[in-house]
This record gives sequence, structure tokens and C-alpha cells, in this order.
Amino acid sequence: MYRRHVRRSNGRALAAGVLGVVAGAAVLFAARNMMRGHRRIIEPEDAPRRTWRRKGRWREGIFAGRTITVNRPREEVYARWRDFAIFPNFMENVRSVTPLDQTRSRWVVEGPAGSTVEFETKIVEDRPNELIAWESDENAQVRNSGRVSFRDAPGGRGTEIEAVIAYDPSGGAVGRMTAKLFQRGPGVQTRRELRRFKQLMETGEIATAASRPAASHG
Amino acid sequence: MRALTWHGKHDVRVETVPDPQIVNPRDAIIKVTSTAICGSDLHLYDGVIPTMRPGDILGHEFMGEVVDVGRGNTRLKRGDRVVVPFVIACGNCFFCRRQQFAACDNSNPAYKADISQMLYGHHMCGFFGYSHLTGGYAGGQAEYVRVPFSDVGPIVIDDGMEDDRVLFLSDILPTGWMAAENCEIEEGDTVAVWGCGPVGLFAIQSALIMGAAQVIAIDHYPHRLELARKLGAKTVNYRNTRVYEALMEMTGGIGPDAVIDAVGLESHGFAPDNLYDYAKQSLRLETDRSHVLREALYACRKGGRVSVPGVYGGFVDKFPVGAFMQKGLTMRTGQTHVQKYLSGLLEMIRDNRINTTFLISHRMPLEKGPDAYRKFAFEQNETTKVVLKPGMEARNG
Repeated sequence: MYRRHVRRSNGRALAAGVLGVVAGAAVLFAARNMMRGHRRIIEPEDAPRRTWRRKGRWREGIFAGRTITVNRPREEVYARWRDFAIFPNFMENVRSVTPLDQTRSRWVVEGPAGSTVEFETKIVEDRPNELIAWESDENAQVRNSGRVSFRDAPGGRGTEIEAVIAYDPSGGAVGRMTAKLFQRGPGVQTRRELRRFKQLMETGEIATAASRPAASHG
Repeated sequence: MRALTWHGKHDVRVETVPDPQIVNPRDAIIKVTSTAICGSDLHLYDGVIPTMRPGDILGHEFMGEVVDVGRGNTRLKRGDRVVVPFVIACGNCFFCRRQQFAACDNSNPAYKADISQMLYGHHMCGFFGYSHLTGGYAGGQAEYVRVPFSDVGPIVIDDGMEDDRVLFLSDILPTGWMAAENCEIEEGDTVAVWGCGPVGLFAIQSALIMGAAQVIAIDHYPHRLELARKLGAKTVNYRNTRVYEALMEMTGGIGPDAVIDAVGLESHGFAPDNLYDYAKQSLRLETDRSHVLREALYACRKGGRVSVPGVYGGFVDKFPVGAFMQKGLTMRTGQTHVQKYLSGLLEMIRDNRINTTFLISHRMPLEKGPDAYRKFAFEQNETTKVVLKPGMEARNG
């Protein structure tokens, strides 16, 4: 009896609190919209679109973009990234990437419940030491494309790598599930992958706290 | 192997766990001969550092013998005796190249690095045995340890100097040294040091070596103040004395030129602000208690230097930013760039310019680890430093 009583009064307090918060939020939201009214025109600025408060067409979960600085020369960084076969070393979920010819590769990616998803990609733009862009083929279950650019970091600090990756989850049930795997914070995942790539480039290995071999991916 | 593992607040155990092996090319496996309990281990013991998991192996001050070396390591060989820095650093990144080893970009595994990036804006480097914020690496209070980037950190001790003299190169000696270095000591300076634990005591020795005219040590444990006095410091017991007034009177009304907070996030004391902090910390509104930091900023002279080696993990209230700004103070802090100081400090130990062994109050077998933690946590007056010896158990355990 006592417990139930307590719970009910808690519930009531909670309901009142929630109502209060909702009402407060509504007022704030209205006020904000009024404030925004006279500065709808977007001023030019240099921050990448993915960092804007109002993202417009940029939807986290479909797109992911991150920048990292690697303390190695640009030529070396580009050459390593151009070798798709090493991707599984630093990319979560990617089992293997097999080059088929100069521009085409076959990817095997972990799907839901231990399954695997395979697709082909081709390089659509390749400017040595500057940029690599790829796209999956039309029929891929997980359509995706990526664009990685390389530029000199200031003051001899190495190379800035900017990676932007897009997933299109429209290709069937398995595709949607797999895309969901990728979508578990794709920004965070891209950051981790870039971090591992940086570790590999700078130190020759990928940091891990494992006490024994076999547990891969740090 | 046997290892000391964390299971919760005031619950550490010695358990049998799998032996570590070489994982990455630059690794080494060390057979531990001596390992100390650090004051900062007590923060883990008291359960105030987040991201600990039951079964984590503790310990970040250790030394021993190299028993296995990865194929990418050409600097160490089996049989070398080494002291291992608590900071894991790659030696290759932007920060390591500038000798800011404790800011290493690469030693915290990618997915663990997210936690500290979220907390602090940037990820921390890897440490041994100090929560998953710093990588979740197994620590040195064990028979064996896997040491990553072992071609950068460990320093070889090749002339048979005994463990007790060199063990503290792993953390507290360089930490005390860097705390004093951050004071940018000039001729005639007074340096006030809050906390006469191991780091405070080494900071006192270092400040005197660097030419401080006087060092004033502040604590409330008589035995620890006695150790400070033996090193050449003047002492203030805050149980009996109003610290700010004392410091002003002992410096001709000027205040100390530099102050060191060698206490950190669990500061004791009876001041009202500390009780306020204690209440807020208990309610989880604030993570760190900071009475010492406030008092140090208040006492420091105009244009003085504030050095903070004391460990803080989260947020504090009532940071006296007014005193900090109006007096034009400079604050320097950070985890210790251990690797940077090793060879210089080893030289000073060899020349008997720095005394390290005075600190050790207890030497115990690893198996007695839980007892050792209890002593260090609850009998602080008598227990200044505990060294665990995994080898001792065969004889005494």
C-alpha cells in the first residue's frame, strides 16, 4: 500500500514536471522562431556544413564527415589510403576489400546477425595526393560513396585528411539493416576509423588494450 | 599469473588471470619485480574515478625484467631491467615530438578515446591500470605486464641500482619534479606546497634543487610534515594554523611566489567551502572537491605561478576566477611527461642528489595487496608509500 501510494504521488509530481517542461519549451521555441525571423538569410561562413546548427539537407546518419591530422607527408598518406586492401585494418565492420582492377574493388562488410553483405565500388575521381572519391555500384545492397581529400597541414604538421562518407539505405531489408549498423553514430565511427588510420601511419600499429592477441580492433 | 584487481569501492582482490602476451610489434612483456601503490590509486579505491570495470588490473608504477619483445622493438632485449613510465606514448605524433608525452595522440585505443574526448574536448593518452578513460590498459600490480610502445617509454637500469632507488621514476618523482618546474622558480622565491604525500615531498625536494629560497609544506599528518622538514621545508599544520595568514606572515606580507596543489580532487580540510563541496559531491552535483586549489589561488602573490599536479577529473564549483584574473596569476598543470625527465632524474639519483628511498614505509608481497590499500587509505600518517614485490610471496606469502 505504502509503496503504491509513494509511486502514485511520484507519478503525479513527474506528470506536473513534464507538463511544466513542455510548456516552457513551447514558449522558448516560439520565442526562438520569432528571433530567427529576421535573420533567415544565411551569412557566408567557413565552417563545414556538417557543423551547422541547422543542417538543411545534411542528415547525420546518412552522411558522416570528419577531419584528422596525420603527422606524415601528404604523398605517403595518399598512397596508403589509395591501397583499399588495408581498409579492414582500421575500419570497423569491413571484413575485406579486394581490388579487381585499377578502379574497381569488391567489399565484404559485416551485416546484421553475423551475415555479410558484398558490393563493388569504383573510384570515380582520383587526383594523386589530393583526393580519392568512390561510389558503390547501382545494385549494391548498401549503396555508399565516399570522398577523402588530403591537404598539407600548416607549419609542417603533416597532412589533414577530410573524409566524407554517405550511405543510402534504400536497397532492401538487408541493406537497411546494414546501413543501420553503419548509422550507430556514423560521425563517431568515422572518427574512430580515422584515428586508427592515423595510428597506423604514425606508429606502424593500431593501439589496443588487449592483453593477448586475436582480439582485433583497438 | 597473479594480479591485483578492482571490484568496486574499497574492494580490491588478488586473483589469478591469464598471462599477457605480445600483441603489437613494439610491445614488450615485463616480469614485475617492484610495483608501488600511488596516491592516485586511492581515487580508484575510493570509487571517484569513472569508467572502472570489475576485474581491471590496477597499478601504474612498476619496474621489472624484460621477458619478451615484439619484432618491431629494436631497443630492448630480454633480460633488460627497466622502469616503465605510467604514461604510454608512441614517440611519433605531434605531441610526443615536442616531448609532451602525456598528450600522446595514439596510445589510447580509438574506441576508448571517445570517452575522454566527450568529457574534456580532446582524448587523453593511455595510462597503465587507470580506468577506461585512459585506455583500459592492464596495470603493473601483477606478475607480468604488456607494455605497448616499449621502445619509447621504459628506461634501462644497467648498473645494478636497487629497485627501491629507481622505482619512483615511473611516476611520482617526475611528477613532483614537473610540478616544481611549472613554478618557474626564480632566485629568492618562496614555494608553498599543499599536500605532503609522495608527489608533494618530491616537489619539495625538486623546488629546493631548482633554487627556491624557502619551501613551505602544508599538511595535517605530523609524520608527513616531519618528512618534509627533513627535506628542508618549513611546515604548516592546517589543523592548528590559519594557512593564508601563516603564508603571508612567513613571506613578509607578500605571499608565496609560486604555489603547488599536490592534493587534487579529494582534498580534506574543515573550511566551510570544503563542507559545501563535500555535500555537493555526495549529491553528485560536483565531482571534485577543491578547497586546496581555492586556498592556493587566494594565497599566491600577485603575478605568481600556480602549479597543479594534483589529479582532477571533472568539475569544481566556486573556482576563484576573480583572484586568478585580478592578481594576474599563471596556472600550469597536466599529467606528467614522464619520458622527458627520465634520464636527467636517473642521473640525479645515481649522484645522490635526490633521495627516493626515504619515502617507503612498507614493503609487502603482492598477495597482501588488499591490506596494503587499506593501510595506505586509512593510516595515512604512518603509511607514506607501499611497494609491492611480486617475488616476495614465495618466501612470505
